Amino acid sequence: MAIDIDLTQFHEIFYEESLEGLGAMESGLLNLDIGTPDVEVINTVFRAAHSIKGGAGTFGLMDIAQFTHIVETTLDEVRGRKRGVTQELVDLLLESVDALRYMIDCSKAGKAVDQDQIAELADSLGQVERKAPAENIKTPAAVSSGWRVIFKPAPHLLQTGNEPYRLFRELKTLGELMVTADATALPDFDQLDPELCYLSWELLIRGDTSREQISEIFAWVEGDCALEITLQGDRRQFVERRQAEREALPEQAEAREAASIRVNIDKVDGLINLVGELVITQSILNRVTGEITGNKVEDLLAVVEILVRNTRDLQDQAMRIRMLPIDFTFNRLPRLVRDLSRSLGKQVDLVITGNSTEVDKTVLEKISDPLIHLIRNAVDHGIEKPDDRLAAGKPEKGLIEISASQEGGNIIIKIEDDGAGLNQDKILATARERGLVGQEELTPAQINNLIFQPGFSTATEISSVSGRGVGMDVVKRNINDLGGNVELSSVAGKGTRFSIKLPLTLAILDGQLVRVGKETLVIPILNIVESIQPNKIQILEITGETRVYRYRDQYLPVIRLYETFGIPTDIMELQKGLLVVVDTGEQRAALFVDEILGQQQVVIKSLESNYRPVPGLSGATILGDGTVAMIIDITSLTQLYRNTNRKEVA
Amino acid sequence: MSEQKKTRILLVDDSVSMREMVGFTLKGAGYAVSQAEDGVEALKFAQGNTVDLVITDINMPNMDGITLIKELRALPAYKFIPILTLTTENSAEKKQMGKIAGATGWIVKPFDPDHLLSTVKRVI
Repeated sequence: MAIDIDLTQFHEIFYEESLEGLGAMESGLLNLDIGTPDVEVINTVFRAAHSIKGGAGTFGLMDIAQFTHIVETTLDEVRGRKRGVTQELVDLLLESVDALRYMIDCSKAGKAVDQDQIAELADSLGQVERKAPAENIKTPAAVSSGWRVIFKPAPHLLQTGNEPYRLFRELKTLGELMVTADATALPDFDQLDPELCYLSWELLIRGDTSREQISEIFAWVEGDCALEITLQGDRRQFVERRQAEREALPEQAEAREAASIRVNIDKVDGLINLVGELVITQSILNRVTGEITGNKVEDLLAVVEILVRNTRDLQDQAMRIRMLPIDFTFNRLPRLVRDLSRSLGKQVDLVITGNSTEVDKTVLEKISDPLIHLIRNAVDHGIEKPDDRLAAGKPEKGLIEISASQEGGNIIIKIEDDGAGLNQDKILATARERGLVGQEELTPAQINNLIFQPGFSTATEISSVSGRGVGMDVVKRNINDLGGNVELSSVAGKGTRFSIKLPLTLAILDGQLVRVGKETLVIPILNIVESIQPNKIQILEITGETRVYRYRDQYLPVIRLYETFGIPTDIMELQKGLLVVVDTGEQRAALFVDEILGQQQVVIKSLESNYRPVPGLSGATILGDGTVAMIIDITSLTQLYRNTNRKEVA
Repeated sequence: MSEQKKTRILLVDDSVSMREMVGFTLKGAGYAVSQAEDGVEALKFAQGNTVDLVITDINMPNMDGITLIKELRALPAYKFIPILTLTTENSAEKKQMGKIAGATGWIVKPFDPDHLLSTVKRVI
């Protein structure tokens, strides 16, 4: 019979679970103490490998299953103390974890795997010297000389389909088996009911086996027999204690697993969307009821009050569903630091705090690359070589501290190292060389910020370690795209600190409402510096139409929103309206509006999915009175402005 | 048990994909597999055929697993046949219910093919 079902839906789950399992294997291996390895850690790593092998086999991913089998066998030998734990072995196992990740990625992408690499690794695993492990694994030495089992089945046992002979057949696989039957309960032939069991047995099993293994074999017949398992031999107490220890552990892991479920991200987004609409509806309701007069008004207002509170709570909860502990991103870092510091000949300690701080899933995904880049830089350029550190009176081991915490509506991530700090002279020289600054004096803070300029990365900076010349400008841009910003402070010789601020969630925005003509627009408060009444003296004209406004010591381009968005309005002279000074993180501009309205939290609705992407706008929202307001994307607006004006000037 | 005949297994589960996957694994190991999608179909099959092992899910429409086991045990040919239920990890009561109805034992879901086959070997 042909198999027609589509197994691919199960593949997704397999990939997710396997990658999680590989993560568990990696942490286990990183935490393994080579001198006195903990057998529980080895067991955890083994179990993870075993699960992956099973899943891969189920889905016919034979390459993965076969390779995992080799890893599993290796781990099993370690467990069974036939092979010792050495640095070399741990390194190979970590490489195997990487290889499996690679194989899973290939499988997902439908690409072929480089078989030679995998075969080589498999060989190495087989060849790593098998040292006599006797002393180093932390468990008591060889165990019981045997077990004595008394098995008295209830008469009806056969009618459950269980057969004592099959149970004994299984016991035989555990060790040498000696069986003695007891027929005393057997009645005379004419009273014998062939469907009942009258026999009982005494079984002696000699071998290195555990009580668990024996009682597992009798698991199905538990309620249908009398069973006694006793240890023979003088190592009894030793073994009982070890059993007790092992039994105590698994519960924690199970409890943790039961507390969460997997949910498809589309469902979560759908729910959040609905909540967003509820917020809007509730605010319209609030407004409408404010206009009603009469007796029932008080009752109605009281109920609306409750609705407002419920909605706000619901909204908070819904947002939280999308949040995950930042640990999901932080947990790659120890491995990164370990590998990197080894290959660069440096010694670095990584300390992580606040890894249970929760962040929105999208933020989590997008912050990963910037973080990795910053950590790479810290190890590569920040921390000095051990000799240099000692010469500078610092401890040989460098320290990198990464922390995450929540402050107000933001997540703060700090990456601090005690390395060499930024070399201000070198940065200034490079920047001048590349034409990024002129000869003017710059403050230390300004000099530091030069590294975020596009085009700053020098050839000497782009080592194979720090990446394909990605550059700090991309890091900054990625962070800005998330609605956050990054600051840096550094002391030469002492160290450097990066401080990243990110919004907690992406779907809600603190907005400043402004009016242009009959339209209401929303400007993200995060980007606003100040709102001012233009003063004629400060307005400068350049090439006719284009105007620039002098704000403090800077010249800001004036962006006339009515022009950009084609909105008819009576207020076209700058002195008759207002200017909102905005900052994209990289540059500033002044937005010309008719009037400034209130501030409020708005739920961002995507233009892209409901209409099409519009340059200059990041989305739209529905206000309390039911009107639609566009939300301005400051960065793309300034870009748009620059492009249009470049055309005009040309 | 004659060597020429393949060992026959009756697989009862209302989930098509479950039946396909389990069936696939068992056939791959050389067993002959018959399928039913609920207790009613299974019982009808059993009244006209014998097998060496029955594997059944518990939650099914028309006739659930527990009832099926009770009915099967009432048939002379199925009085001593091994019957295994498919249960999830934590349902101790389901395991018990199966036993009380007359089941031989259980297979825990989700399972990997090795585990399925070794459990089947235990009872054949």
